Amino acid sequence: SFRCFSALNPALKTTLDKVVTSNKVVLFMKGNKDFPQCGFSNTVVQILKSLDVPFETLDILENELLRQALKEYSNWPTFPQLYIDGEFFGGCDITVVYADD
Amino acid sequence: MGVTKEGVEATLTSKMNPTHLEVIDTSGGCGASFAIEIVSEQFEGKRLLERHRMVNSALAEEMKEIHALSIKKALTPTQQKAQQESSNTQAA
Repeated sequence: SFRCFSALNPALKTTLDKVVTSNKVVLFMKGNKDFPQCGFSNTVVQILKSLDVPFETLDILENELLRQALKEYSNWPTFPQLYIDGEFFGGCDITVVYADD
Repeated sequence: MGVTKEGVEATLTSKMNPTHLEVIDTSGGCGASFAIEIVSEQFEGKRLLERHRMVNSALAEEMKEIHALSIKKALTPTQQKAQQESSNTQAA
């Protein structure tokens, strides 16, 4: 089936480029760093807190358009999504593997 | 009808040609959440992010209904062998 609708329009892509470079570490998650709303998001928050790195979180539950657009932007189907230095780093499982090293 | 464990296994078997595959339904039966361990030659020379992307795109159709997918292991057969040998050594 082909898609005739894309959530990621050029204006939104430009905005996302700015958001992911606004901080060294940016996490798109369900909930926020003080109140994660899913176990996978919570796992990544706890890892980042334990590493003592400053990071920014954005709640994708509050914005359905953002949620759909991010899936296309990162070519990644699920959340949380972690960005480091403006580049997509991975989801929960990848973050756990690297945190173990 | 949700996604079944057997459906996920069949798709990954046909697309990734795995030498080892373990799919665990972590949803309690509703088919919305799975954990996967997969060993495939196709991962050779690929970084972890690329390997996970390969699994995600193999399951693109299923992902529309899956809420959570956890890829616990994505190894090459060589890596799996090395891991098994090192864990055997630790146990001994």
